[in-house]
Order: sequence, then structure tokens, then C-alpha cells
Amino acid sequence: MFQAFLIKYGEIGVKGKNRYVFEDALVTRMKQVLYHVDGTFQISKEQGRIYVEAEGAFDYDETVAALQRAFGIVGICPVVIVENDGFENLAARVVDYMRNMYGDQKKTFKVMTRRANKSYPMESMEVNAALGERILDAFPNMSVDVHHPDIMLHVELRTKINIYSEVIPGPGGMPLGTNGRSMLLLSGGIDSPVAGYMVAKRGVYIDATYFHAPPYTSERAKQKVVDLAKKVARYTGPIKLHVINFTDIQMYIYDQCPHEELTIIMRRYMMRIAQKIAEDTGCLALITGESIGQVASQTVASLAATNDVCHLPVFRPLIAFDKEDIVTIAKKIDTYETSILPYEDCCTTFVAKHPVTRPRIDLIRRSERALEEKIEEMVAEALATEEIIEIR
Amino acid sequence: MQVYLDNSATTRCMERVTDKMIRVMREDYGNPSSLHTKGVEAEQYIKEAKEFFAKNLKVNEKEIYFTSGGTESNNMAIIGTALANQRAGKHLITSSVEHASVANTMKYLEEQGFTVTYLPVDTDGIVSVQDLKEALTDETIFVSIMYVNNEIGAVQPIDEIAKIIKEQNPKTLFHVDAIQAYGKYEIYPKKEKIDLLSISGHKIHGPKGSGVLYVNEKVKIRPIVFGGDQQKGLRSGTENVPGIAGIAEAAKACYENLNEKIEHLYTLKAHFIEGIQKLEGTRINGRTDRDSAPHIVSVSFRDVRSEVLLHALEEKGIYVSAGSACSSNKPAVSRTLKSIGVEKELLGSTLRFSFCFETTEEEIDYCLQKLRTLLPVLRRYVRR
Repeated sequence: MFQAFLIKYGEIGVKGKNRYVFEDALVTRMKQVLYHVDGTFQISKEQGRIYVEAEGAFDYDETVAALQRAFGIVGICPVVIVENDGFENLAARVVDYMRNMYGDQKKTFKVMTRRANKSYPMESMEVNAALGERILDAFPNMSVDVHHPDIMLHVELRTKINIYSEVIPGPGGMPLGTNGRSMLLLSGGIDSPVAGYMVAKRGVYIDATYFHAPPYTSERAKQKVVDLAKKVARYTGPIKLHVINFTDIQMYIYDQCPHEELTIIMRRYMMRIAQKIAEDTGCLALITGESIGQVASQTVASLAATNDVCHLPVFRPLIAFDKEDIVTIAKKIDTYETSILPYEDCCTTFVAKHPVTRPRIDLIRRSERALEEKIEEMVAEALATEEIIEIR
Repeated sequence: MQVYLDNSATTRCMERVTDKMIRVMREDYGNPSSLHTKGVEAEQYIKEAKEFFAKNLKVNEKEIYFTSGGTESNNMAIIGTALANQRAGKHLITSSVEHASVANTMKYLEEQGFTVTYLPVDTDGIVSVQDLKEALTDETIFVSIMYVNNEIGAVQPIDEIAKIIKEQNPKTLFHVDAIQAYGKYEIYPKKEKIDLLSISGHKIHGPKGSGVLYVNEKVKIRPIVFGGDQQKGLRSGTENVPGIAGIAEAAKACYENLNEKIEHLYTLKAHFIEGIQKLEGTRINGRTDRDSAPHIVSVSFRDVRSEVLLHALEEKGIYVSAGSACSSNKPAVSRTLKSIGVEKELLGSTLRFSFCFETTEEEIDYCLQKLRTLLPVLRRYVRR
């Protein structure tokens, strides 16, 4: 029954002279998500609105699901398009539409006509009244409420006529690519995919770095990260996944530094390496899934100690989230089931039984001096041997 | 160098097996139930396979059923006979070291109102015959004991167990999970008083998804799968002809020159064990002599996590299992290792090495050599 969708977007509308940049980015992203959907689609921008029109048969559910992954969309309105062949025909089709959508339920409604085609013989108020009358005649249970109607029936008089009344919620946020690119530190856990999703939702393209530590982490653990990146990429578009072999660095830290500080120092090196890759690849910030107090390495003091090595901004969208709330989002974006697969996490062997929870930055820096001899070389080696996986 | 020492998880399919299967799939692809020639041709493979297994096990052709593998054979044997014989009693006996496809089936039957006794094992993983004697009651309708344990290679005294069961009550049925034993031992169910016997194809260089269940013709058993009444209604569903042809071919190949092959395996095993015993901080679980299976060795390595050692060996091209492969997806503590009293610290430090006829002494030496160099390195990096 529906042949098109009217796309509603929120914040873009207020972006002033840059508005077209945002709209173009949204159209590009919509083309991307619709590419994999069964059907051929035309996307057009007219008079401050974006339309998706299907040419011929298409999979309605798939289309809506795909559009719901395009950040920037606030609402998706399924539209019925009818010919402009006189008011009588229009009235008949509007009544059909109401019957199909609502039957004869006890509901209030309001007709909202928009007369974009100024040559239409009736004025919009006239159309509102005339159509309202026909609907009341056809459905005795319905009544008009112009202030808080259950059903807002939109009728747009253009070359053809659009009829719609439903708004399916979109994902919100800003169109991808309107805010540059950032580097996500992706582990196999629950948090980091959610963090990537959240920042991407603000229009940021995502790349990712994963620290692999064979034989302490298995090939399956790496595959799990690839699988997670694929799930995230459904929302964020293509991701370049940088896989860094971290084993030697980890063992070197283990040999040279106090054990209760292992995790903090390890994380500082992860940040340094991710930051280096970020700078080399044009990323403007780092993203982590850290959340205050979740584990010893995420106390405020530990976060400060980790942050000490970063000069790029570090985005931590989950910083004040409770675990349950993170899990809720992870389930929504379908990363949860993959995240909880029980493969070795890179840290377990190299985590002290009693790690520091209140590290002092000066002491950590001093401990790191023990690494001076070889660490530069090892980091360079890790960067030189990185594996890049293109996730689409 | 690539060294595959995980043959108890699965084996590589033999070329003569795949050749035959391809022929079935590409040329003789008929449905054995079809009336035309194509059907008759396909049926021929099933007949031949039945003939082979009947001869090999010294049983009747009509007592051979083909299944989708060891798990289905065990399920069919246990659930099928428990349901068919529950009027005679609702008590079942098994051991505490069975494979999950027996243990979890028993658990299911417990939920259905059956009582199950789990026999303990000694430190070598062997069931005590005395315990069995005490557990048997007039209500016992069914005993299920594995022939060879999949994790440590312990061989159960099947003859003795059968004798005790039948002395106590000739009507009590005896099922043997022979999935790790078939292809290594000559097994004659009738002589050994085994009523049901499970076999799996992919453990003997045959295809995955193929299995056999021997059911003595006197056994009362009900189907657990329903459909077009193939295989006398006990196992409905179009027969997996390529799988059936494949498992028969694989079994045939295994039993050619069996003694030589077994000798080879025991020599390898002794050599491997000797090498392991020279390494510091190792412990072999179960027996090391010829009373245990020729192809399985379970080793605990002190202060090394099994997954880490497994992946370190993998980097050197050596493939092994941590505990038993089937449960590797969820790192659960092995029931078998716990049952034989392996100390707590070693439970997560145990690997299973399993050989096949094609394993060479050179491969074993390579593996031992890598263990020698890897263990000290890995032991330096433990959680402190």
C-alpha cells in the first residue's frame, strides 16, 4: 500500500547556512543503508523534506529497519501516493486509507492539508473540512479533535498527492560524516561497541583499534571482535579495524613494572598506540567504553592516570552509565549476544590479583621509566605489523 | 609443520571415504525409498554398509541402524529404551565420566521421573564393579557405560560390567557408548552381552553427521524421531546415503591391519608419555600402560593455563584440545577430571593430545620439543 516514505529530521533543521551539508550527508547515508534492501529507491530533497520513493516492489519491513539505522532521521512516515484527478477521487482514496489503517475504531482525528501545488482548485482549509466530513460520514465511531487528535492525517497536494498519518521513530542523532572521524578502542566486551555506536550517532565516522595478544587471546577472540565491528558498522558505516599485536609489549611491561600497576601501564600504552594510529589516519579523537568504577582500571584516579598520556580528546560516552543501561543499548543494537561469548580476554593473565585502584600519576610515570630501553622500538614494531581489516 | 593431535575431537576424512561419498552425491544420488533404479542403486549402499557393520560387529544386519552421529545414537539408545521399558522399572545407571550426550540425556530423563545412579570412578577413571553391583536393583532397566573415556582414554571393564548386570537381572539392558573405542578395538556386542552400541563416523576418519546404533533384536525400544518410517520406523527420515556409505568405508579402512595400527599408536603413546614425564611440572591423567586407550593422553601442566598453552602450540602448528573439545565453547570444569580427583589448580591446566594412525614419531618429537621451549616462557607469565 505504501510507495514512499517522508523522512523527518530534527536537529539538522536548526543548523542555519550549513543545513545543506547535513541534509546531503543524511541522503548519502540513506543511500548506503538502502543499498542492501530488496527494492529500488529514489531519494529526493524538496522544500526542506526528504522523500524515499520505491520504484516497484520492495520489502517494507526491511526498508523501515534500514532507515532506522540512519542517524539523523527522527521519524519515518510511510506515505501513500495517489493521482491528482479531482476531489471526488481523492476523498474516496482518503476514506480507503483510513479504513485500511484504522478500520472503524473509536478515535479522534484531524486533517492537515498542505497545498504545495498552488494551482489546486480548493484552498487547504476547504480540503480539510471537506475531507473531514467524508471521514465522519464513513466512520461513525470517529470524531474530530483539532487540538489533540489520535490521528493526524496529512494530505499534501503536489503534482501527485501524498497521504500519511503514521510516524515511525527513527534513531535520532546526526548524519554520519558531519563530525569527522574518531578512533574507537574496541575490545570484545559489552561496553566498547556501545560507546562506538553512541559517538557515531552524533555524526562521527568510526575506525577501531583492537589489541590482540596471542597466545593469551585466541583467534576466536579476534573473530569475535570482527563480528562485533560488523554489527556496529551496520549503524556507523564502514569501519577500518586496526589489529595490533600487543603480546610482546604486555610481557615486557610484566617483566619490568610492579604488578599492581600492570593494567594501568598497559592501558596507557594502548591509548598511546591508538592515539598514534588515530593521528596517522586523520581521526580527531579517541573513544572508549570506560565507565566510572566498573573495574579497578576505571576508578576516577585510574581514568586520570590513563588519560595522562592522551593529547587527543578522549570521548567516554558511557562514563556515567550503569551496567544495566549499557546492556540495554547493547541488546538494542544486537551486540550483546556476541559480547558475552566466553573467549579469553586479553587481560586475564596480565591482571594483578590486587591492582591499584588509586594510582598516582607520578609513581606510574616513574614505573614506566623501567621500560625506556626497549619500549619505543616495540611500539614501532607493533604499529609496523598492524593488520587492517576493512569492515563493511 | 602442521601437527594435528586432536583426533578425539574429530579426524580428517580419508580420501577413499570422500571419493565414495562424492560418487553417491553426484551419481547414485537417488532416494533409497524411491521405486525406480536410482532408488535401488542408492539402497545398495545402505545394504552394503549394513552388511559390513553386521560382519564387523558379528551381529545381524537387521540390528544395525544409521543415525546422524554419536550424540543421536546415544540419545536414541537411552531415551528409546527408557520409554519402552519404564513399566519394568524407572531406575537407570551410568557413570560420572560419560560424554555430555549421555550425561545430559540422563539428566533429561531424571526430569521425566526416572531415577539415575551415577557411579563414581577411581583415580584412573575406572568404574568400580563393586559399586555397580550395589547400585543394581530389580527396578534397574538400563545401564549405560562408555567403552573409552573421551578425555583421559580410560577403558572400562565392559566384559565384567556386562556379566554383573546380566547375573543380577538378564532383562536389564546394557548400552555402551563406543564412540572413542570403535575403530581401535574389536567389539563383539553379542559375545560381550552388550545390547546397544553407539558409533560415530567422524571419529574414525569418516564424515561428520554419520553414526551407527546397534540394537539387539530382543531389545524393546521406541523411536524418538517420527516420520516416514524409514529404518523400520525406529529412525525416520531419508537415509543419509553419502554419510552411510562414508562411515562404512571409513570403518572398513580402520579395521584393515588393525593390530599393526594399534601397535603403532601404543608405540607413539609410550614415546610421547616418556617425553612428557621428562618435562617439569607435568602430570599424566589416567593410566599410562596398555590398559588405557592407544590414542588419548591427558596431561596437566602446572602453572600454565590450558587455553594459553593451546594457543601457543597452535602458533607452532600443533592442534590439541583443552579438556574435551565438545565443551570448549564454554569453559566449564571437566567432570571427568574432577571425578578422577585432579587437584583444583590443575583442572584449568589440562590438555588432551589424541593421535591417529597417520600420526608420526617425528610429529610427536616436534610437539615435545615445542612444549619444552614453550613451558618455561609461559610459566614466567602467570597471574600474580
